[in-house]
Amino acid sequence: MTELVLGAVAYDAKVVPIWDGFKAYFAARGLPFDYVLYTTYERQVEAHLRGHVDVAWNSPLAWLETEHAAAAGRRAEAIAMRDTDRDLTSVVLARADGPIATPADLAGRRLGVGARDSPQATLIPLDALAAAGVAPEVVLHDVLVGKHGDHVGGERDAVRALLAGTVDAACVLDANRLAFAREGLLPPGATRVVLQTEPYDHCNFTVLDDAPPAVTRLRELLLAMSYDDPEVRPLLDLEGLTRWLPGRTSGYRALARAVTASGWLAAWAAGRAAR
Amino acid sequence: MSATAPAELELVDLGLDEGGHLLVERGLRLGGGELLVRGGAATVAIDLPAWCRARGHACAPAAGGWHVRAGQIDRWRGAERAGEVAAPSAHAPARWGLAARGALVEAGAPTLDLPLADRRTMWADEAARLYAQAVAAQWDPATAIPWDAPADHPAEGEDAVVQLMTYLIENETAALLVPARFLGRVHPHFREVMQLLAVQIADEARHVEVFTRRACLRRDALGLSTAGGQASLATLFDEPDFAIASFLLSVLGEGSFLALLGFVRDHAPDRCTAALARLAAQDEARHVAFGLAHLRRHVDEEPALRGRLAAAIERRHAALAHTAGLNREVFDALVLLAAGGWAPADLRRGHAAVVELVRTMDEGRRQRLVRLGFAPDDAARLSALHTRNFM
Repeated sequence: MTELVLGAVAYDAKVVPIWDGFKAYFAARGLPFDYVLYTTYERQVEAHLRGHVDVAWNSPLAWLETEHAAAAGRRAEAIAMRDTDRDLTSVVLARADGPIATPADLAGRRLGVGARDSPQATLIPLDALAAAGVAPEVVLHDVLVGKHGDHVGGERDAVRALLAGTVDAACVLDANRLAFAREGLLPPGATRVVLQTEPYDHCNFTVLDDAPPAVTRLRELLLAMSYDDPEVRPLLDLEGLTRWLPGRTSGYRALARAVTASGWLAAWAAGRAAR
Repeated sequence: MSATAPAELELVDLGLDEGGHLLVERGLRLGGGELLVRGGAATVAIDLPAWCRARGHACAPAAGGWHVRAGQIDRWRGAERAGEVAAPSAHAPARWGLAARGALVEAGAPTLDLPLADRRTMWADEAARLYAQAVAAQWDPATAIPWDAPADHPAEGEDAVVQLMTYLIENETAALLVPARFLGRVHPHFREVMQLLAVQIADEARHVEVFTRRACLRRDALGLSTAGGQASLATLFDEPDFAIASFLLSVLGEGSFLALLGFVRDHAPDRCTAALARLAAQDEARHVAFGLAHLRRHVDEEPALRGRLAAAIERRHAALAHTAGLNREVFDALVLLAAGGWAPADLRRGHAAVVELVRTMDEGRRQRLVRLGFAPDDAARLSALHTRNFM
């Protein structure tokens, strides 16, 4: 079997032990596997489209970019995703002791968001607010643009700005609200939820129509991984899941609407065509 | 979904961001993995699904709350007890790592390189008692020793004390570093041994401190360190086998030092020197007791160890045959200490006392060798081969 090459984005140092671990796990089960790390999802998407990698571990935005580019005569497929990638929501938080209680109260106010390309902390909540007819002044917290918000630093900075009073509201992933409470950054009762987005899905393993047959084996091995297996558990813990699930694309509607309405996807495609 | 209605949990106004998850986990445990959760906290509708997602639990809206079903994952499948808390196992596997003895260890924990993992090689039933004794007997150099006690001995007597202290510091440094090198290799499953070695090392650190302070009490410079003395200690330092190192250091070396420190105590020219020799000897007695205890157990289980111990003495003797052994200045300092003056009669008495010290050391070594099961003749022969450096 020829070696299957995965593309992943290096949003954190832990990415190396994660994929090294998977590489050893797959190799022990007869699947030659290696990975290439990219600094941005856009570079990864481009590399995938050019056939430099066989499968890409994609953010939801990278999935939509790939799907968009593949629409011209090719076919993209999401073959697997984490259980924790399904049905996420984002929330807009305001100070509990402040005047903002509804989305309408955000009109003309400063809204702290994450990195400009973060689906969870920027694109989806801004679209939800737009749907509610609200256009606040957006204050970006651009930590590691190109990594699509995988680095949680932008969200953390937005919450810090909210607590410091330099913004009136902040957008975060629902799970990060709890994580920031555990860290002590977000005291219980200090904020109220002004808006919760509709559920959406996050990352997936993306393949294109020319993917080698080995991706079938990759998918089998992923879906067979058990959290009860002590060899696998540290990898799943690092990657933040308890089991792999089949990919589904129905959960990307909210983001697709956001990047279409905001012109993000068209701008990305135009930039690509110009290169 | 089960046929019966799930157990119910009312969180009232407790949020998941302020400890509510503990009640949910407990409820799932007690409720057989299913739970109807209700709550009135402002963010519970956001936090509960998010928390469940991260834990692999299913969470769906239900009448007046959320129906939570525990994920089918079991972190503790394949976990194993790291032996029994009360007593150590014969062997401690590397996969138990740093876990407390008796803890339930998750499978997949990293293995550590802890080669001293067999009870036979270092365990002694007396370890816990000796450790407790050691902790109770710790003394504070600042208050336990009369540093300001008057001293009226002549300058040359002080020179002899400084030379002895210099020699003691060097030897106690070896007695600190040798167990320290093994401590990091002892599997912590043998907790009492680990603790005892740690206290032993702390004892030696204190000895180095008090001997240094005594040497500097009336002098700016320390005495002599000889190549032969260091060669003797180097053979201890380089010994890779715990049983042999312990035998040479604790049973023979520190055993001999018991007599030496008793000699210094009895012939000290001032109360300060007498006190620190007495206190150090108390500590050394425990070190010797542990060495004897675990080696006695070891030779009982593995009689062939005796042969290896005997060979180690012979090997060390051969390695040191070309060295001077105890430096002449130390020997002379001991004579002067015991003489207390320069009159021929004093020196004769001092010299005789040191000869008697050497005989006492030999007698002690022979007794300890016999306690380890050596025949008296073998014990006498092996004791005679012990380093002339005493340690």
